Amino acid sequence: MSLAFKKETFRDDYTYQNSAEAIRRFPFPFAEDSYMYSVNIEPHTKGPVGAVTEFAFDIDEHYVAECEDKAKTLALDAGRYQALPHMAEAQWDFLELTMESLSNDYPELFSLKKDGLLWTWENKPLGIKNTFTFGDSASFDMDPMEYMGRQVQGDFVLLDQRNGTLYADAGFITSQADWSLAFDVGMAWHEWHGPVPQVTKLGVMDRALKFLMALQLGAPVRRLNWTMTINPRLDTSPENYPLWGGDRNKVTIDNVGELVHLRVELQSLFRLPRSNAILFSIRCYLISMNELTTSARWAKRFHRVLKSLHPDLVEYKGLTKFKDLTVQWLSKKDDGAEVALGTHP
Amino acid sequence: MSTFKVVVSNIQQITPLIKQFSFIREDGASFPPFSGGSHVVVAMNINGRLHRNPYSLMGSPQAPDAYHIAVRLQEHSRGGSAYLHHEVKVGSQLEITYPNNLFALDKRARKHLLVAGGIGITPFMSQIDDLIRTKANYELHYAYRSQDHAAFTSALKEKCAERVHVYVESEGLSIDLKALLSKQPLGTHVYVCGPNAMVVALIETARSLGWPENHIHSEQFLAPPSGEPFKVKLAKSNIEVHVPAEMSMLEAIEAAGVDAPYSCRGGACGRCELEVIRTDGVLVHQDHYLSEADKAAGKKIMPCVSRAKCQSLEINL
Ligand code: FES
Repeated sequence: MSLAFKKETFRDDYTYQNSAEAIRRFPFPFAEDSYMYSVNIEPHTKGPVGAVTEFAFDIDEHYVAECEDKAKTLALDAGRYQALPHMAEAQWDFLELTMESLSNDYPELFSLKKDGLLWTWENKPLGIKNTFTFGDSASFDMDPMEYMGRQVQGDFVLLDQRNGTLYADAGFITSQADWSLAFDVGMAWHEWHGPVPQVTKLGVMDRALKFLMALQLGAPVRRLNWTMTINPRLDTSPENYPLWGGDRNKVTIDNVGELVHLRVELQSLFRLPRSNAILFSIRCYLISMNELTTSARWAKRFHRVLKSLHPDLVEYKGLTKFKDLTVQWLSKKDDGAEVALGTHP
Repeated sequence: MSTFKVVVSNIQQITPLIKQFSFIREDGASFPPFSGGSHVVVAMNINGRLHRNPYSLMGSPQAPDAYHIAVRLQEHSRGGSAYLHHEVKVGSQLEITYPNNLFALDKRARKHLLVAGGIGITPFMSQIDDLIRTKANYELHYAYRSQDHAAFTSALKEKCAERVHVYVESEGLSIDLKALLSKQPLGTHVYVCGPNAMVVALIETARSLGWPENHIHSEQFLAPPSGEPFKVKLAKSNIEVHVPAEMSMLEAIEAAGVDAPYSCRGGACGRCELEVIRTDGVLVHQDHYLSEADKAAGKKIMPCVSRAKCQSLEINL
């Protein structure tokens, strides 16, 4: 595979766009005409060639631009990366997992050479090359988690397991969908889950926590989650609400296609070997309504999903201001014909 | 559950009753690193019956070209330890699970106090490597019956120097738990692994001295006890399984070809929990996992060690 990296932005002039190929591989999450919250966890095994699940960490045409956007967000707010001191070992686990995955899966882009504990990492797209001693914090001018967090698309949280539960004790979060301390993944870290409508009453929290705590080395899992965003903006943090919150008021029936985006998160969880911590990786994919509706199936299905979405979820996902306009816009692309089960375009 | 196919590369007689087995991967690759206190489950085919026993991984968690376990020959072995001791040779092939850690060190501890009895030393053998590497503050207290049982003592003294304290019962030495636990600085975490009496005594002493509950860690896997035979109906699979006297319910379910979750196979981790739909008798709970209230309610059972005294039992599997 050879990737042509796009020059584009996720803020200000918003030049982000998906190529036809990126649209085809977009992880559209709706297999049916209605959406019900579910934990829907499956093994994070090698997916089909070209799919976003082909490898442990997906690198796509937006890689370079997304890493540049991460650097900008961090420069504006260094607090987007944080780690408690006892997470040092988990950070090295994270560095090893990402370096090994990327160099094995994309050998033309990344390489890792090991000479005992002396490792050399090369990232060609970003022009980075470093030799360092694995496990030695003096090796880098930044923490291992920050170092690799800047070089892999998506957000990352390291969860420490103790006292019969999981604690988010380190994180590199630059592209979150309107949350900071609170997670909205619908899994069982009770303390950070505010009330997720339709979830608490389904009683999935305890089961999900139990499932995660039994997560095994060598057997990562994944799930898809989704929300919607105005403009292809990665950093929709509560801290920066003034920068993006108002965009919700700018949606009109004429600009739904360009402005309104479906935002899908591929969330994966890995047990880490040395630290026994869990890596929670959240990879975000954005697609505009114009791009999404190049697939007639997706257009019809998304129209039906959005139209029938439970009011609690509309509010929880922050869609209230533009949902009706989007449904109206999508309705023109829905002839009412039956759409077979499945998420393909 | 993900597994490795392994070959026994080395066997060492450590004491008259303990053998250490080293495994390498059949495909020649190296094993993943692991965290101190992890165990693997070893699968053994004994006369056509599959046995699965958990053992702590020993040795350095960092660069594992080989994995090592130590096995004590149990007097009333249900077959696993006797099989490993008598039948398994260098070159034998086995299957083991990926490491799993139910006895992890709490990395925020200011000090780690490790207390081992007999073969209970094994999970500490890898934890000590982690503690030394991360320059943590720790002490190891290791009690055993006689010099005949002194597994790993010299290796430990070499590694840990003055941080290891040995108590040989036949020489009249035992650990004064109260004295030991009362002189620890705030922020100490205590970890205990050994015979049941020792584990219970330590936990009770720590509690009575006011130690916070989440600073007390223990590991003790039970061997599945035998009992009367009974029948279990698996509602989802829609089959009936006979559980013989000398087999655990989990083993019987597996032997019937149904996949059931497990991790420790010793009543400690909670992974194997099954939902009881109905029974015409009583559940015989033997695990450390369920609360007294859960046990009394009779809606859950841990099939790795628990049984039922009944004509039939129906579970949601
Ligand atoms: S497998 Fe751990 S309690 Fe049964």
